[in-house]
Amino acid sequence: MITFGEIINNVHTALTGALPEWLAATIEYIIIGAGLLGLYCVLALILILLERKICARFQCRIGPNRVGPFGIFQSVADMIKILLKEIITINNVDNILFKTALFLAIAGSFCTFGALQFGDGLACVDFNVGVFYILAISSLGVVGILLAGWSSNNKYTLIGAMRSGAQLISYELSAGISIMTMVLLAGSLNISEIIAGQEKAWFIFQAPIPALIAFVIYLIAGHAETNRGPFDLPEAESELTAGYHTEYSGIQFGFFYLAEYLNMFIIAGVAATVFLGGWQPLQINAEWATGINEILAYIPTWLWFMGKTFALVLLSLWVRWSFPRLRIDQLLKLEWKVLMPISLVNLLLMAGWILIF
Amino acid sequence: MKKIQDIISSVDSSLKVEEQQYPTICVAPDKLRKLAEKLKENGYDVLMNLTGMDYQDCFGVIYHLASTQDKKAMVVVKVNTENRESLTIPTVSDIWESANLYEREAYDFFGIQFINHPDLRRLFLRQDWNGYPFRKDYDADPKLNPVPLVNQTVDAMEDVPTLRIDKDGKIITSHKPLFDKNEYVVNIGPQHPATHGVLHLRVSLDGEIINKVDPNFGYIHRGIEKMCESKTYPQILQLTERLDYLSGTINRHAFCLCVEKALGIEVPKRAQAVRVIFDELTRIASHLLGWGCMCMDMGSITAFIYGMRDREKIMDIFEETGGGRLMVGYNVIGGLANEVSPKFVDQVKAFIPHMRKMIKEYHTLFTNNPIAKGRMENIGFLTKETAASLGVTGPTGRASGWSCDVRKIEPYAGYDQIDFEEVLRTEGGTFDRYLIRLDEIEQSLRIIEQLINNLPEDGYKAEKVPAIIKLPEGEYYQRVENARGEFGVYINSKGDKSPYRVKFRSPCMTLISALDPLCRNEKIADLIMIGASLDYVIPCADR
Repeated sequence: MITFGEIINNVHTALTGALPEWLAATIEYIIIGAGLLGLYCVLALILILLERKICARFQCRIGPNRVGPFGIFQSVADMIKILLKEIITINNVDNILFKTALFLAIAGSFCTFGALQFGDGLACVDFNVGVFYILAISSLGVVGILLAGWSSNNKYTLIGAMRSGAQLISYELSAGISIMTMVLLAGSLNISEIIAGQEKAWFIFQAPIPALIAFVIYLIAGHAETNRGPFDLPEAESELTAGYHTEYSGIQFGFFYLAEYLNMFIIAGVAATVFLGGWQPLQINAEWATGINEILAYIPTWLWFMGKTFALVLLSLWVRWSFPRLRIDQLLKLEWKVLMPISLVNLLLMAGWILIF
Repeated sequence: MKKIQDIISSVDSSLKVEEQQYPTICVAPDKLRKLAEKLKENGYDVLMNLTGMDYQDCFGVIYHLASTQDKKAMVVVKVNTENRESLTIPTVSDIWESANLYEREAYDFFGIQFINHPDLRRLFLRQDWNGYPFRKDYDADPKLNPVPLVNQTVDAMEDVPTLRIDKDGKIITSHKPLFDKNEYVVNIGPQHPATHGVLHLRVSLDGEIINKVDPNFGYIHRGIEKMCESKTYPQILQLTERLDYLSGTINRHAFCLCVEKALGIEVPKRAQAVRVIFDELTRIASHLLGWGCMCMDMGSITAFIYGMRDREKIMDIFEETGGGRLMVGYNVIGGLANEVSPKFVDQVKAFIPHMRKMIKEYHTLFTNNPIAKGRMENIGFLTKETAASLGVTGPTGRASGWSCDVRKIEPYAGYDQIDFEEVLRTEGGTFDRYLIRLDEIEQSLRIIEQLINNLPEDGYKAEKVPAIIKLPEGEYYQRVENARGEFGVYINSKGDKSPYRVKFRSPCMTLISALDPLCRNEKIADLIMIGASLDYVIPCADR
């Protein structure tokens, strides 16, 4: 079977054979960038459709069913619509910040997206502080949100942005610590090494108790970082109309929307990478299971990654459409009084676990 | 409670009680305060309704007073000015808080000046409106009040006037600002997803904490009471449904009852039973929507859709029998518009077990959800005293422990022969208001169950309904319990085809006035939810 890794290697040898090294590298970068951008957009379309269909099922509705069979082209139609919409210019906004904000939001999300490993050999950036890079660059989004709220010169957006700032900065701590717990287990910040360390068994099975706690905390904190229900206070539509992106229109709003959906995917992707073995297939460490292991290993690695990630996305949708929204004080209380202490203790527990076993 | 004659003779020996539908006292403006204080001392702690009147030779105000101790007691106080030129009546807004908005309304429509009222802004109309539209000599020439074509600020809303009388008897107006200059004021509404209509709230915030809420009414004011004065009684029925559109059937029922009482029409038992079934179905539909909206305001859209899904079944029943869904238009003077659909009984019988099952689902899905409980518990407490003083009736009042169900106090349409409980809670918090609606749905189902199994067979409409309805001269008042509280209809007839004056006692206006005391020192997210737990409907408040 031809793997992605082989295709990439073939392309690389062909290019370097025909062209000088610098030109080949430039062309490769452009191809990778365009490919990622394409994947980013397609994933967003799939996620939006998925969410609409699934939430419709939760709510005893049918969901989009007019554009194409089962409405599968609904998001495409929406995308075309949003591209054609007029961008309304508002008089009293801080124009430079107003326009920078959305690029910051989407850049933060896109740069994190680039660091994910979608399959065996399907990695764009792979360097020794990969996890650190993901944690750092994903925080860029909050700057975008704060700027958007401030520069819009609107009271609702300002409240939304302030809530968002408080929420994202708080929850990043727990998310970071729970990932650090796993880094402790892996002994490396390099994403490739983290994935390679899970070849025999996923991390969540290697240290069941602390890893499971870290996994749950990461899911909650990650969910909060994506600004989605029950943590969707920054854009609580019943209170703040649309929160920080109230004043944006057309594709400007589309950028925030895109970033939000992809953040959901990224959080699920990081969770899948760090806890569930990334693109590694499920392997059962027993004599009787060799046959099963071979069958599981035959499934392409990118399908494993996407499968795990979409399973976690589904979980996120399920939570979103079941629970009401928290209030800001309850939200911060949950982080600082519950999740933070637990994840700190859990970090120690993991250290102890590694020492003992 | 003491006899009214005893109470009022301690104020002034010349005052007399006229025995009408309710005991009525006529008093001069200068003795009103003393009488009001005495009545309040003796247990009349609720100002249910305040009606401004233009008697053509003078202006007047009619107060309908009720009591939380003796639920059946009701007394009417009438104050008339000396002539059309003297407009001053002392305020009672410090005695009964509900008078605050009612007096502003009377000032807005009749120009009656309430002396010492703390906030005598116009309630529904613009502050710079010329003329008082409910006066009989009002000039409706559009040139006097042109439609503004440029943006205008709401600054005039923030200037709060108070009228005082100085030693020489001259009226002095003093002004004070509504908000300080440093306050962070956010406009919630008039177009906002969470105000359940076009309500405009000016909210002063300190971070996320609310300092003050100032409701601004009138965005959907249609002048229904004024329109009634030029329409015949059957025509007015259509307008009643458009007040509180979620309890349209009940409002229409109230007006029918009032006219039937005036004409002395005996409504057949079957018509009464079907009317009650329709009322209770409307109540369930309204509570379901209220429940759903409250959940949605907490961010749970799924719960909202569940509420709407089950409400749809009621709408189908209405459509099958009455023709309309939201505005059913089924009650007419003397009975029902037509015989019920052959499917009606089966539909209703199928609905009852379905709804019971769904209520259980609501409780599992939402009531017992820890986030939902955390949001609703320990916020927005309304004490019984404040509820009574503000005149907050209905589920909100009962959640505070005030037994104010008109179906029990003054049974109409055969409610006295039906076995059901008035659901009461004691705490008065947001969670109580949430639970009481779901409990009331169960009681409504119980009422429907008793009626649907043995519908009488004596016809759907009274035989002796005059073709042209003219009410005998006099005043008529009918209270009913609609989904939000006590709905009152006051008709003053001079014997014509159209009433001389109609006043609807709206439960929603008092509910909105409860927002400010409930929301102070709560968070802005709670404002939305407390508002939803009060479950007001703006067209009912604006009329």
